[in-house]
Amino acid sequence: MRDVAVVAFAQSPSRPEVETTETQMLFPIITEAIEQSGIERRDIGFWVSGSCDYLAGAPFAFVSNLEATGAWPPIPESHVEMDGAWALYEAYTRLQHGDVDTALVFCSGLSSRSDLRETLAVQLDPYYLMPLWPDHISLAALQARAFLDHNGATERDMAEVAARSLRSAKDNPNAQVSGDHTAEELLGADYLVEPLRPHDCPPVSDAAAAVVLAVGDRARAVCSRPAWIRGIDTRTDPHSPGVRDLAVSPSTRLAGEKAGVHSGPVEVAELAAPFTHQELIVREALGLGDDVEINPSGGALAANPIMVSGLIRIGEAFRQINERGRNRVIAHATSGPCLQQNLVCVLEGE
Amino acid sequence: MAERCAVVGIGQTKHAKVREDLSMAGLVREAALRALEDAEMTFADIDAVVVGKAPDPFEGVMMPELYLADALGGAGKPVMRVHTAGSVGGSTAVLATHLVQSGQFERVLTVAFEKQSEGDTTWGLGGGRSGSVGAGGYFAPHIRAYIERSNAPEHIGWMVAVKDRKNALKNPYAHLHMENLTLEMVRDSPMVWEPVRRFESCPTSDGAAAMVLGSERVGDASSTPVAWVHATAVRSELGQFPGRDPVSPRGGHDCAADVYKQAGISDPIRDVDVLECYVPFSWYEPMWMENLGYAVEGTGWKLTEDGETDFGGSIPTNVSGGVLSSNPIGASGMLRFLEAALQVRGMAGEHQVDGARTAVGHAYGGAAQFFAMWVVRDTKP
Repeated sequence: MRDVAVVAFAQSPSRPEVETTETQMLFPIITEAIEQSGIERRDIGFWVSGSCDYLAGAPFAFVSNLEATGAWPPIPESHVEMDGAWALYEAYTRLQHGDVDTALVFCSGLSSRSDLRETLAVQLDPYYLMPLWPDHISLAALQARAFLDHNGATERDMAEVAARSLRSAKDNPNAQVSGDHTAEELLGADYLVEPLRPHDCPPVSDAAAAVVLAVGDRARAVCSRPAWIRGIDTRTDPHSPGVRDLAVSPSTRLAGEKAGVHSGPVEVAELAAPFTHQELIVREALGLGDDVEINPSGGALAANPIMVSGLIRIGEAFRQINERGRNRVIAHATSGPCLQQNLVCVLEGE
Repeated sequence: MAERCAVVGIGQTKHAKVREDLSMAGLVREAALRALEDAEMTFADIDAVVVGKAPDPFEGVMMPELYLADALGGAGKPVMRVHTAGSVGGSTAVLATHLVQSGQFERVLTVAFEKQSEGDTTWGLGGGRSGSVGAGGYFAPHIRAYIERSNAPEHIGWMVAVKDRKNALKNPYAHLHMENLTLEMVRDSPMVWEPVRRFESCPTSDGAAAMVLGSERVGDASSTPVAWVHATAVRSELGQFPGRDPVSPRGGHDCAADVYKQAGISDPIRDVDVLECYVPFSWYEPMWMENLGYAVEGTGWKLTEDGETDFGGSIPTNVSGGVLSSNPIGASGMLRFLEAALQVRGMAGEHQVDGARTAVGHAYGGAAQFFAMWVVRDTKP
């Protein structure tokens, strides 16, 4: 495989009720990523984006997002109806061909335009599940209950995840919520959907993000310390909650194995787990011990722009390597109800 | 540097206005199981699944590949979902090809579909706003501009409509089987979007297309002929700005030039044996003939008039019946790619072009701004 690295990352701050369109959010972010990379726009060899018509509330939402790329002359470009992390996976695949050396990945999501408890219900099996209108928080609550029963973990463990995430987010200007809270304090709140309290659930966020990838010496030429993608893999679990053991995440475990998480020590992991119990499930699936620093950005519990959260994790992993001198960082992305689909990316310094 | 990739299995549904006998999962499974049977494989042999379809509001299911993962044997595997408007069936096949060519996987199942009867496509196209004019309403002015520019006679559009429907009679999977359609019947059909008449328009269809793509090793081991992928390309351009030519978009031209260069095609009309291109409205045949390099500007319609785009002509085009005969939107592009592969495998049955060895598949989407193409041959690159 060719060596591919992240050489630039930009994101808009995750905020609720952003009043601009996805395209307007993307304009400055794509430009910032390109300028940061030092690569000329016309030298980008491949473009690929991730977004979702249902969040934008219009079909072909990605079509107008093309405006933010400045697609003239015409560009080699693709779009996945998935989180930007999967768009990055397509770009990584494209860069293996050998004919192009750079790619720009971008994504956008407006989670706050609709009531997610309705919108995400439309993501479910349209014949047997969606007609019951199960909302995503209730489904997550079923999963949390299954996890607590299976694992022996407690609601306090979940509250500790929230407290740590909010504390870490204080240093991240792009995070949406942050603060100093103790687990005791958080446990004083009423249940939202038992066993989930508000702190166990993500905020509703809008954002856009972009990553520039480059190959081999091209990456070294444009970036002082590129984050090399040493492994990237995505796996899927069955959709129907009734045929899964919700307490575990086999697709995360498998993606982690295929990506080579355990072929070296992990210093930091950026996990896109939008619910507290999901972070614990993902940590277990990836075999991450207490020595691994989890989500120094605050993670998806501090900001959760759907379709963007995953790519932000890869961007944050890049920053850990590029700015903080870390050597080996894991990024994780998820999609679908109850962690149905997962992607794991292993990034390393030189 | 890229690994070789072969089409080792092909399947499609019987396309129809309403496949009320099938759920969405049943629809994609019908195509996928046929492709697997052709490839002499089962879901267990597949390493990754790539799904494509046009906008989710068409069926009212957000990211339906999540739900379809179960029906497509996706558990434990990568499941990708592409959406590039009407070109999506092509772009989906391109990503699936790249997953093999990158050396990451040996066997990839790719499936594209649309079940238009689940919703209202014209409503979906406009997002329920502005009383959508539909795709025909959008493209009609471009077609009118082409006619003005090229001085093409009006009957060219009727000829394409009759040719593609006649070809569809040789394709058991085609949606429309219009026996005895004549130029007069097309001419006398209602004007829908001037200059596009009803019989010059594609139908709305339920349908799915599927292919199994394999590595060189998998292709070599196949007991049936395979199609080798010689080139893939995608291009996108802005939908609206001064200076853009929507009649012959530069993106389509660049995309074609890219695949021809990769495949060593210097004179397309001589070097290509069969073309499957995306013609949802009859006039797009002569328009693409020019845009894709089979005729010089202003003369594409003469190929149609002279019968060069029919069986026995210099560039048989849409011998499967094309989009004019079956239009499950998300699958329509993949059907073009798949029919091209079927031809070079010599497995197209009644609509086989004798001696087809090089075939081109083409799809476009959006405001004629997204393009995907591939070149397949019966021999290795």
